[in-house]
Amino acid sequence: MTPRILASTVGRILRQLRHDPRTIGMLVVVPTVLLALLYFMFDDAPALFDRIALIMLGVFPFIVMFLITSVAMLRERTSGTLERLLTTPLGKLDLLFGYGIAFGLVATVQAAVTTGLAYWLLDLDTAGSPGWVVLIAVTNAVLGVALGLLASAFARTEFQAVQFMPVVAFPQILLCGLFVPREGMVGWLHALSDVMPLTYAVEGLQQVGRYAEPTGTMWRDFGVVAGAVVLALVVASATLRRRTA
Amino acid sequence: MANAVEVADLVVERGGRRVLHGMSCTIPRGSITGLLGPSGSGKTTLMRAIVGVQIVKSGRITVLGHPAGSPAVRHKIGYLTQAPSVYPDLTVRENARYFASLYPGVTASDADQAIRDVGLAEAAGQLVRTLSGGQLARASLACAILSRPELLVLDEPTVGQDPVLRDELWKKFRDLAAAGTTLLVSSHVMDEASRCDRLLLIRQGRFVADDTPAAVRAEAGTDDLDEAFLRLIRRQEVAA
Repeated sequence: MTPRILASTVGRILRQLRHDPRTIGMLVVVPTVLLALLYFMFDDAPALFDRIALIMLGVFPFIVMFLITSVAMLRERTSGTLERLLTTPLGKLDLLFGYGIAFGLVATVQAAVTTGLAYWLLDLDTAGSPGWVVLIAVTNAVLGVALGLLASAFARTEFQAVQFMPVVAFPQILLCGLFVPREGMVGWLHALSDVMPLTYAVEGLQQVGRYAEPTGTMWRDFGVVAGAVVLALVVASATLRRRTA
Repeated sequence: MANAVEVADLVVERGGRRVLHGMSCTIPRGSITGLLGPSGSGKTTLMRAIVGVQIVKSGRITVLGHPAGSPAVRHKIGYLTQAPSVYPDLTVRENARYFASLYPGVTASDADQAIRDVGLAEAAGQLVRTLSGGQLARASLACAILSRPELLVLDEPTVGQDPVLRDELWKKFRDLAAAGTTLLVSSHVMDEASRCDRLLLIRQGRFVADDTPAAVRAEAGTDDLDEAFLRLIRRQEVAA
């Protein structure tokens, strides 16, 4: 990795996004609108809203960044820019971490706005500080980026890339403890849930909901998700081939 | 070292089919070598192998004294893919400056110079997706030449350009070669062949000729390069 190339790659990806204001608008506004929908759905059960909204704050950035990244990376492949980049001094990690950092920055803005509005306008209530919620949400977003980069290596077309979302994201969302508490799951489902990084992100958020101060469990969960990010990026780098048929 | 590129017994297979059949050639430094042949003859595959992005079955390719694609040569080569490979959602200038930033010692003003060299100065602030086909191809070309590479591999750089611009681009290529750059330029238009120092005629993954344009003409016994190509192919088919 070369810091100069990494920095200019981050800048390039953000500049591309800047020329697409509609996407920026949707990134910032859509999660808040969906949370508002939840707020009115659970009008008479604020405790339930608190529980679900908190988890959604972690799930939104994961899904959105997964989709955006898989499409962006597939574009690099199909437009030939990836092939050109690989003939230059750019390292594979410059590109992968470039996406991770650029979309991570975007996710920070998204998480800050969504979380801020959720606490301020939608009366979200947690025992812990909103700052921890933003931290975990951004980590989740970067996890989405890393898995999106990895998934795009297996997609040849846009149709395939989009369908990797249900393949990679849905099982994690179903088993993370949002719909059914993990304790109630049968053994093999519980085991599956144990190896899915989103499970730990959700558990971390629930810790912030329950306790005023960061707990050991929250830090462990944060570490697991961060580890999954690094692992996914390393595997993505191994699947990104300089030479192709 | 007199040769910028040395290819020895290069075999490439794609989709289970052999597309390059043990090709060997050398490309002298500071010259323009034209790679000519019909569509599907293996021009792009050979170029991809030289810039190091093609999976190679066997054979050896040395570029500027190093194995093709090795980190030691990546900052010394420029590659123009056949389809324009620039970011449609960036301006011409943003594209050029990004690609410039990937090379050590190449600055934003080098990027701006390359944009002027390809005649896009007036469209520099325009989003690439709004460019015409010819402008798009030139934006892509600017990103290949901006690092002042020692070896420039250009896959059909003049397709779709108007005749005046095509002439200007060829003058630019000539200037680059005079300054020491080695150029490998593919085309399927024979009238561009006469502008090259050397010609590699390729058909069905094999070289039909590897010589100067004058020698190719003399060998085939005609001044028309199109006709020369045809005669050389026929002669080899009879021999085979």
